[in-house]
Amino acid sequence: MHALEVKNLRKTYANGVEALKGVDLTVAEGDFFALLGPNGAGKSTLIGIISSLVNASDGEAKVFGASVQQDRSRAMSYIGLVPQELNFNQFEKPFEIVVNQAGYYGIPKKVAMERAERYLKQLQLWDKAFQPSRSLSGGMKRRLMIARAMVNDPRLLILDEPTAGVDIEIRRSMWEFISGINDGGTTVILTTHYLEEAENLCRNIAIIDHGRIVENTDMKSLLSKLDVETFVLDLRESLTSCPQVDGMEIEVMDERTLAASLPKAKSLNNLFSELERQGIHVLSMRNKANRLEELFLRLVEHPPGASEQPGEAQGAAG
Amino acid sequence: MSENYKWVGYRTIVRKEITRIVRIWGQTIVPPVITMSLYFIIFGELIGRRIGDMDGFSYIQYIVPGLVIMSVITNSYGNMVSSFFGAKFGKHIEELLISPLPNWVILAGYVTGAVARGLMVGTVVLLVSLFFTRAEIHSPLIMMTVLLLTAVVFSLAGMVNAIFAQKFDDIAIIPTFVLAPLTYLGGVFYTIDLLPEFWQKVSAFNPILYMVNGFRMGMLGVSDVSLVQTIAVILAAGALLFGWCLWLLHRGTGLRT
Repeated sequence: MHALEVKNLRKTYANGVEALKGVDLTVAEGDFFALLGPNGAGKSTLIGIISSLVNASDGEAKVFGASVQQDRSRAMSYIGLVPQELNFNQFEKPFEIVVNQAGYYGIPKKVAMERAERYLKQLQLWDKAFQPSRSLSGGMKRRLMIARAMVNDPRLLILDEPTAGVDIEIRRSMWEFISGINDGGTTVILTTHYLEEAENLCRNIAIIDHGRIVENTDMKSLLSKLDVETFVLDLRESLTSCPQVDGMEIEVMDERTLAASLPKAKSLNNLFSELERQGIHVLSMRNKANRLEELFLRLVEHPPGASEQPGEAQGAAG
Repeated sequence: MSENYKWVGYRTIVRKEITRIVRIWGQTIVPPVITMSLYFIIFGELIGRRIGDMDGFSYIQYIVPGLVIMSVITNSYGNMVSSFFGAKFGKHIEELLISPLPNWVILAGYVTGAVARGLMVGTVVLLVSLFFTRAEIHSPLIMMTVLLLTAVVFSLAGMVNAIFAQKFDDIAIIPTFVLAPLTYLGGVFYTIDLLPEFWQKVSAFNPILYMVNGFRMGMLGVSDVSLVQTIAVILAAGALLFGWCLWLLHRGTGLRT
């Protein structure tokens, strides 16, 4: 059974904006799934429909076989949601917030209190558990929403940009926590703008743009589509002119920095030996962008089929 | 998921609401008690003495039931509208919307919380009235029935207001421009026999008249309208509002986009 099955999901808001234009998507049980897309692509609308905060205009979403539209209560009982925006009562205390959330899922108070303590401790919030939640830092507030989402032991955990605005140390501890949750069998759907996060954590990926899924595959297959990688090279001496290397695209970023784009077939040794031959010494090298970031930009800027002119399409068919 | 989850969920909402009422008691319990004490002093004691008896009771005795029901109305309505709209405005209503709880459980939880506040304030106001006059209790059953049903009706009305409200101004409009005039013209301070015939007929369309008189019947044994009419009007208003609330929650009006 799929953890999530979305069929022909459409959403047109009252102001006429068509946020989803027929989305089909499946997420396997136990998967760690990335849902990526630029701002306004439809990610939050899709998550809103799955979590029943947004009414679909058409189509259906099923969570572990339970239809969100027909059997809302059962579908919701499987989900834990960490939304993008803070949505807890800032006048309540973290412990109170988590225990109350458990109550809404029918978890008796004694069990709820034990679970709240466990998750607040795991997310390093226990020392703040009885302080007003408005006094928590931004990172703590995000972790509080994760603890709240976990209290019903969901089978599907949906995280909508959980690490936005969180410092790198906390972000890494959150990754560790979420990976542990996934290792324990919980299906995780993650939306994020940190593509490094998606690349490191997720096994499968869908990219949504303008209300349509433009890519839906496993991370390895997607990354293998990257046929050109760009490296930034820091040089020892200043350049007098832009070097030329056969089969590679070289760009001068400043007098001591070059950007070199290499097709996957080309070896880095070719680049280094050619630069050496031209008297250019490389001090250090790094990827210009994260690999997934490069692909993402390509897909949302030039979605498959979007650049085809009618004539070209006909020609290809013919 | 056992059926028990609805009961646990309901109790959680009620506990949360009552905790809120008690935590901010300075805003929820004290102000209405001070306002009603002023009514007792000014209208009951100072002006009331010059008015004389009404329907066979001293003026202060006559207005006590009206003032109790008035505080129940404003507080059950006010609690619902401020708590539910506050949750909507702060987005923490989403905690409930994404839960498996059916809409009727959410509604029942919030209504119970609002009724609890209405009854708490009503009880305290009744106790305060003992400092000014002797308590008359004609029928505790009628008193409790009318008090409870009135609190339920105005909690539901508060829910409708909170669902439609988009800004804090929207939750002040109905209490100021609808609720207050209807309450003051609902026979809290007078018997409608004092009104010209035309205004007596107009008053018959005011549901609060029935609630005030129903509670007065329970306390003093006198009323401008029959008890059957009173119960019928309150039950009809309650059923109408309950259906409306459930329909709005089902549609997700103001809550789900």
